[in-house]
This record gives sequence, C-alpha cells and structure tokens, in this order.
Amino acid sequence: MPRTVRDVVFVDGVRTPFGKAGPKGIYHETRADDLVVKCIRELLRRNPDLDPARIDEVALAATTQIGDQGLTLGRTAGILAGLPETVPGYSVDRMCAGAMTAVTAIAGGVAFGAYDIAVAGGVEHMGRHPMGEGVDPNPRFVSEKLVDESALFMGMTAENLHDRFPHLTKQRADEYAVRSQEKAAKAYADGKIQADLVPVSVRRTNPEAGETGWGLATADEPMRPGTTLENLAGLKTPFRAHGRVTPGNAAGLNDGATASLIAAEDVARELGLPVKMRLVSYAFAGVEPEVMGIGPVPSTEKALAKAGLSISDIGLFEVNEAFAVQVLAFLDHYGIADDDPRVNQYGGAIAFGHPLASSGVRLMTQLARQFEEQPHVQYGLTTMCVGFGMGGTVIWENPHFDKAAGGNK
Amino acid sequence: MSTTTTELLKGAAELFPGEVVTQAHVRHIDLPSGAGRFALITLDNGLDHTKPTTFGPQSLANLNTAIDQVEKEAAEGAVVGVGLTGKPFIFAVGADLKGVELLKRREDALAIGKGGHEVFRRLSGLAVPTFAYYNGAAMGGGVEVGLHCSYRTVSSALPAFSLPEVFLGLVPGWGGCALLPNLIGADRAVSVIIENSLNQNKQLKGKQVFELGIADAIFEGADFLEQSLIWTASVLRGELQVVRPDIDRGEAWDQAVARGKAVADSKVHGAAPAAYRALEIGAAAKNGDLSAGFDAEDAALADLIMGDELRSGIYAFNLVQKRAKRPAGAPDKSLARPVTKVGVVGAGLMASQLALLFLRRLEVPVVLTDIDQERVDKGVGYVHAEIDKLLGKGRINQDKANRLKGLVSGVLDKAEGFSDADFIIEAVFEEMGVKQKVFAEVEAVAPAHAILATNTSSLSVSEMASKLKHPERVVGFHFFNPVAILPLLEIVRGEQTDDASLATAFGVARKLKKTAVLCKDAPAFVVNRILTRFMGEIQNTIDEGTPVEVAEKAVEPLGLPMSPLVLLELVGPAIGLHVSETLNRAFPERFTVSPNLAAVVKAGKRGFYVYSAENGFKPELDPEVAALLKQGDTVLTEEKVRTRVMEAVAQEIGLMLQEGVVAEAQDIDLCLITGAGWPFHLGGITPYLDREGYAERVNGKKFLPQGVASVPA
Repeated sequence: MPRTVRDVVFVDGVRTPFGKAGPKGIYHETRADDLVVKCIRELLRRNPDLDPARIDEVALAATTQIGDQGLTLGRTAGILAGLPETVPGYSVDRMCAGAMTAVTAIAGGVAFGAYDIAVAGGVEHMGRHPMGEGVDPNPRFVSEKLVDESALFMGMTAENLHDRFPHLTKQRADEYAVRSQEKAAKAYADGKIQADLVPVSVRRTNPEAGETGWGLATADEPMRPGTTLENLAGLKTPFRAHGRVTPGNAAGLNDGATASLIAAEDVARELGLPVKMRLVSYAFAGVEPEVMGIGPVPSTEKALAKAGLSISDIGLFEVNEAFAVQVLAFLDHYGIADDDPRVNQYGGAIAFGHPLASSGVRLMTQLARQFEEQPHVQYGLTTMCVGFGMGGTVIWENPHFDKAAGGNK
Repeated sequence: MSTTTTELLKGAAELFPGEVVTQAHVRHIDLPSGAGRFALITLDNGLDHTKPTTFGPQSLANLNTAIDQVEKEAAEGAVVGVGLTGKPFIFAVGADLKGVELLKRREDALAIGKGGHEVFRRLSGLAVPTFAYYNGAAMGGGVEVGLHCSYRTVSSALPAFSLPEVFLGLVPGWGGCALLPNLIGADRAVSVIIENSLNQNKQLKGKQVFELGIADAIFEGADFLEQSLIWTASVLRGELQVVRPDIDRGEAWDQAVARGKAVADSKVHGAAPAAYRALEIGAAAKNGDLSAGFDAEDAALADLIMGDELRSGIYAFNLVQKRAKRPAGAPDKSLARPVTKVGVVGAGLMASQLALLFLRRLEVPVVLTDIDQERVDKGVGYVHAEIDKLLGKGRINQDKANRLKGLVSGVLDKAEGFSDADFIIEAVFEEMGVKQKVFAEVEAVAPAHAILATNTSSLSVSEMASKLKHPERVVGFHFFNPVAILPLLEIVRGEQTDDASLATAFGVARKLKKTAVLCKDAPAFVVNRILTRFMGEIQNTIDEGTPVEVAEKAVEPLGLPMSPLVLLELVGPAIGLHVSETLNRAFPERFTVSPNLAAVVKAGKRGFYVYSAENGFKPELDPEVAALLKQGDTVLTEEKVRTRVMEAVAQEIGLMLQEGVVAEAQDIDLCLITGAGWPFHLGGITPYLDREGYAERVNGKKFLPQGVASVPA
C-alpha cells in the first residue's frame, strides 16, 4: 500500500517544577509516578478539545526503572492519570535523553502512520533513585578496556572534556553558569517559565526539612539567582582534586517530570490543537563514553545533514546544561560565542536542574515558547549529551515563522 | 477565649492519657497565579491510613495552637487565606470514642463539646477566608471542622463521608446540627444527619458530598489538592464567585424536621434519644442563630454522653467493629486447612442460598447434591438465576458471571461430587436421623481431611457426629435468614470437634465475611434460644389472656426492628413451633409449647396478621387466627408483660452464661445485634437488662461491669 510520511508536530509540553534530590528536597516524600501523572493530567486539562481516547500511546522515560519508576511506567502512569484503559503505554531509557527519545520514537511512529497523537515524557526522581542504583556493569568493560573507568561517572567525563579542550577553562565554565542563573531568573521574572509548570502538592513529615504538612511546589527549587563568579570560584571540585567541574557549573541532582503531546500535523489541526513546533529531523550519535559531553556535536551534524540545513540556519538553541563545559564544547565546535543570545535564552539546567530522563521535553517546551515570541526564527534545535557516550539532537521548525517579521531564516 | 479553651482542653486531656494525638501542621505556600501567601493546616496523627486521624482533647488543643498562629498571620495580613486538609486518604474521622467512654462527669462531657466548638468556630472568625479540602474519609467532627470554614472542596475519590453520631447515640455536636441545615437546607441535612446515620451509618461518596451542596467544588483524586489550591487562588482573586442556593426557611424546614422524626420513629420507635435531640437542634436552627445552636449541641452532647444509650451504642459499635474480627475462643488461625472445593448436601432453598454464598465469597467449585435430578437442577438453576441478577444489576461483570457459573455444579452421586471436597455442609431436613444418615454417606466418600458442617438450628452437633468414624471434623455452622444479609454465623463446637476443624470453620467464616461467634453445643445455640424464650413468654401472656395488641405493645419501648408476632411471621410459625418444641424437650421448666401457636400452624396460617391496602398495610389480627385463639382470663398491663418477658430473657441469658454457651455476655450481644438485628442503643440486650434492673432482680448481679456499656463509676 502506498504510504505518505506525515508531518509531526509538538502540540504542547508541561513539566513539574524541578526539585533538589535528597531528604530536604521538595519531592522527598513524593512518588516519581505521581510527578509524571500530574503532567499528563495537566496536558489533558490544557487541551480540552483532545478526547483522551484519541491518544494512541504513552511513552515515558526513566533512567532507573525501579520501584515507582518501574512497572512499565508509560502504561501504569496512563492508568493513574485517568486515561481510558484502551490507551497503551511503554517505558523508554536513554539516560539523560530519555524524554527526548520518547519524543523521537513517538514521532517516528506518527510519521509512519502508527499513531495520530501520543504522550511522550519522562521522569527522574534522583532522590528516591540515586544515579547508579542497582547497576551491574559487565566486568568486560574494564577488563577489555572497552571504556575508561571514568565513563560511568558523568562528572569525571566532564573533567575529561576540559582535558580535551584546554581552552575551555574553569573560568569560562563559571561565567557560563552565572549567565545561566541570570537568564533563568529573568525568565521567571518575565513569566516565561511558570506558564508551563504544573503545581504539585508535596507532603513533608520531617521537620528538619522545613515546615511539615502538605505544601505546594510551584517553582524550581534548585535556582540560585544572584550567583556570582566569586560564589562559584570557591566551590569544591568533587570529581577531581583541583579539577574544574563544580556543583556551580553543572546541573545538580534533581527530581522532576515532563510530558508532551506529539501529533500528526493534520490531526492536530483537525482537532483544533495548538501546533507549537514542527519536527524537521532528529539524530542520535555515539562518542567515546569517557567524553560523553561532546555527544551533541556528531548528533547535530547528523540531524543537520538529514534536514539539509547548516548550523547557520538555526535561530534558537536549547542545549541541555548537564555541565557548562559540555555546552561550551558544542558552541566552540560551531564557532558560536559563549554568550550568544540565540542559546538557552531562558537559562538552562544549571539553574533549573536536570532530572535526567525528563529533561528533553523541558528543552522543547522552552523552545516552543521562544518560537511563539520570535516569529523571525524559522529553525531551532534541542540537543543534549547522554551517558555512556552519546548525543541527541532534534531540529524543529517554527510554525509561527513569518519572513516579513524580519527573519533571515 | 483562647486561654479558657486551652484550660478546658488541658483538663480534658488529663482524663484521656491514651489519646492518639493528631498534630495540626501549619505550612506556608505561595498560591498559584500570584494569589498570595497561604497557610495550609494538615491534620495528621503520624500513623498510616489504617489508623485514621481523630480528635481527642490534645488533638483539639494542637489545632487550637495552629489557629493561634494563622489567626495572627491573617490579622497581620501575612496570609491571604487558611486551608485545612488531612493526611493521605484521610481527612479526619471525628471524636476519639475511646476518650468519650472514659468520661464520668457531666462537666467533663460538656467540656469536650465546648472545647470542640470553641476551637472549630475560630475558623469562621479569622480575618481571611478559610477553606476545607476534604481529601479523604471524613466523619463526625472531621466533617464538622470543615463546615466551620468559608469554603469546601471534596475529592471525587473520597470513599466515606458521614455524620455517624446519631447511629452511635450522639448528636453531631461540634456544629453539625446547626451548620449543616443552614448550609444545604433542612431536608438534605436530615438525610445526612438522621436518615443515613440510622440506615446502618450509610456513607456518602465525594460526588454526593458535592451534589448535596456540602462542598463548593469537586476535583479528582489524582491532583485533588493541587486543583483545590488553584481553585482557592481563583476565589481569593475574585475570579470565581461561589454561589450557593438559597435555603428555604419556610414550611419546607418544618416538613424536613417532621420527615426526620418519621424516619427516627420507623428505626428506633422513640426508644433512643439521639435522633430526636438532633432534630430539635435542627428545628431551632431555622432562625440561623448559630450560637444558640452550638449551645444546644453542647447540652445535648453532655446529656447523651452521660446517658446509657450512647454507652450502649459505643459498646455495640466496638463489638461489631472489634470483637467480631477476633472471635472469642477461636483456635489459632495457623491450624486452619485450605478450602478449595465445597460440597452442599441438599439443593433446597437454604442449600441453594448457601451454595451461592460460598461460591461468591470463596470462588471455588461448589457441588450440590440431592436425592433426585429435578431437585439438583432446581438448586443449580437458582444459583444461576441469582448470578444473572447480579450481572443485570452490574454488581459483577460477564467474566465473573461466567466464572461463577462454571464453578457451580450439581450431581446425584455424592462420591462423584465430594471425593475431593474440603468442606461439606448439609442443609437437609431438620431431623437427627436424616442428618446422621447423610453424614455417614458423606464420610464414606469424602477425603479424610474434609470438614463436615451442619446448618442445623437446633439439633445437637455432638449427637449428629457421634456415629461417624471421625466425629472430630464435624462443626455446627448456623446461618441466619436471609443468609446474604444477616452477618451472624454461630459456629458450634461439638464434644469431639478438634481445633483444626474449628480453625478451618472460622477461616471459612472470615472469607464468607460473616461475624462468627463460637458456641457450645447447647440446644438452639444462642439467638434462637433467646428469641424463643422471648417470644414464648409473650405467647404465654397471650395464651393466659392478655390481648395480642397489649402483648405486642409491651416491648415497643425497646425499639426492636419488628414486633414479636411480625418476627414470627418472618421466621414462619411452623419453624417457630419446631424450635419451641426442641427447647421444651431440653428445658421443659422454662420453654413451653403454645397450644395457640400449634393451632395456628395446624390451620396452615403463615402468621397472626393480615395486611390490606385500606389499612395502609398495617398489621391487623387475622380474624381466622382470632377465632382459633383460646385465651385464659389473666389480663396483664403492658408494663407487667414487659417485666415478665425481660426477666425471662435475663434469666435465660444468665443460665446460658453459666452453662458456658458462649465465652461472655458480649458474645450474646454480638449475636443479637448481628443475627437478630437488635439495636445498638440496647447494646444488643445485656446493657439494657442491666440498666433497667432486670439482671440484678433475676440473677442477683449485672451482666457487665460498671463502665462497660455504661457510665464508669
């Protein structure tokens, strides 16, 4: 039978406020599945024209698929969210790019015609599930020197990246981190972030963590507005003595969830749903695991090539800030300035936090907002590095693009 | 005010050292949409949802302290509103009854009422609006604390919401009686406070709480608190107006109160005061004067707490909730053997009802046998028809119906049916010879471990077992009609019954969701013996010359679910006669066989009464029965009849306890409540016999120590 590849669009995206992992974090007594359930419900509330029975799939990512992040989260969270039992679901894992992979896998299915509309998102509760929980790396990795021992520790891979690119100094990383905090604080002040946050009720029974009883998480907990270079200069370098990577120029350990609606463009239009971004291309690529932070470079190369675009065609960048040095390496490769205004306009993971498998959709939600405000931009990209040496890139087209708005592209 | 409240509660707390204390946590949040800073109070006793949050005096004091804090913040403009919610799955389930049981003095009872009022009322007097978020189970004082708030939301997942006070023998005395009719109108309030409460404490679900107008908004459980707070922000920002329907304070109010009285009369026949007190307060609340209403609630609470009906109500509640779950004298659970297949001997109506019950609760194969194929088919057909009814009502789905139908079968050959059954119950003709023969046949084909149970209502279990090779596996398993509805199951230990068989029987009872009470193998066990003595004594007074209506009216003040002769009609005069004959053989000096009853049975009458549409289906003495009656010339007053009947009951129970028919008087009461539907306000019957003096007059002592089902000394 003849097939037509369909255009795939990003309809909407939401997330919980991100929290700090650990006993004092806002989500310490909140389940991971509940976090993502609230995101799915918010998507449905925000899009009342969407009959939930039309949802063809729920793809949810988590890195540590144990306990409240296990049990085929895509299916169980769908039921918990009140989706009809006819809606199936599955779980995804590509570590930090989990939600991004959920989006691309769903997008592939939509383009192929398997789905009309679906939910893609992710969750990571790093407080309940610390990085590395339950892992059992094959001893051959080390015995056969398949990867360097540092490959399993993301902070060490970031130090390795500083080694590879000596000109990407700690100073530059710290300056980048300060700007991320400033941009995030400004985005909050301008109300750019809150509109896509789902408030989450949070219980606390431990008085050492603060006031007890039920509370409400309405803002990102990790934010440190007013951070200065001086503040950052004195921070410890936990991954290497006299190293360069500090808690200040990296994303922290966080809890949070995201979800998005991905649809065929004709279906979204038919149902009267918003079309916030149009998928152009995507690609994932592998690199040496011990310098995983460079991953976005080859993945972006691949995605640009597939789209027939060049880096100069991209008007807005949402780069995940697992580590400042990894963003710098990406920008450096393309000759983009550290403080280029097209990059991470609202700040990034250094400020908001990075609950691993959930972050991909945060990048998309923020890019979608920026598209709406900047009709002169035609293309944007979301990219992130991934543990064990990978990168992922998704290139999007701005449906609001208006040549007359003065855009070059 | 705060100081006196504090003192009041401090005094009360000293009386109740064992209180499970609820904390009132105050936490501040930023409301969505920039609606401002908000203080959210969480009621939490620190235990999981199986131990619901309650209000004892220390708990009230904690809430009072929390309100001190938010009151100050509200006055200073530091918060724009105050909310109240509960721990996961539980909002709050009201006063701690254990504390109520300990109260000895009216002034302490009054202090509890006043203490609750004074704390809760503060929520309506803050400088900012207050919000209750009914997130989970809310009962009694839990419901009431929310009624004092300016606004309420409810979770659609809320499983249970009620004002159970009247059911127990109290009034909703922390604002419920006065506030609820003023919020939702008198008629709806009567439904919640009187009708639901007296209807076995019927619970409302979240949706009904919203539809009744108790809550202003309803949100789904998955993000109930979040949506409630977003709604709160809209209300506080003035974006959302909460509109409540006007209350009809005219005739409709009086009609509602009259309806409440009619409901109370039909349930307790004026015999228990709580419902009437609640209605009085509700009637007075028509003028909207809440303060007067609260004072009236305090007085009613104090009176009722110092009255024995409430003590009996709490006693009965504890029997049904606690003692029923841990049957006195039952052997260790670990001795019980698994039951994976059930056999039923007989396929008559009783046998078929038992088959249905075992099938539905155990979900294992159930085999019916009888003496011919027609009867077997009829029995299986009955079960199938009942399954179809359940399916039609949506109580089970098609898969479950298919499963249940697949599990039930009927055979003629006992060997074929019972060779792998673990539990075989007989419900054949009530005659010793027949039953012994049936058990012998069953024993010949059943596995060695199978329990042989008998549903006999009056025959000796030991005698029935005596001719078997293994009499140790025979137990009495006496159900009450209607089997599906009455919870009681008298489990009878025969002389030779062993612990493993008994433990298995109790295990089966638990799965059947029945209230099992262990009885000795004594004539007619518990309920039938007491009811037969009770009815027999009434019948005696009639036979001796007292008019039927006088004898019937004599026991009306007890508030029994039905009059003795209506009960006889339900049981069937022939069965009543049969049991009286059995007991007469055992205890001829106390149990008589009424010649009039025998005549009625012989005439084939189904009862003493006839019912006609012209007379509103009220019972009227059947003229044909009247013609049969041969009465003497001793005419007693109602009071004399009552004394004679209740003294007979007191004597019989005294003897049963001496004989060791059950472990304690509590088991007698549990049996009467769950097997005969005798009311909570009587505490079954022994608390009533104690407080009216019958027990002491007849037996020289009370059944229960002071403080059990009565105000402590």
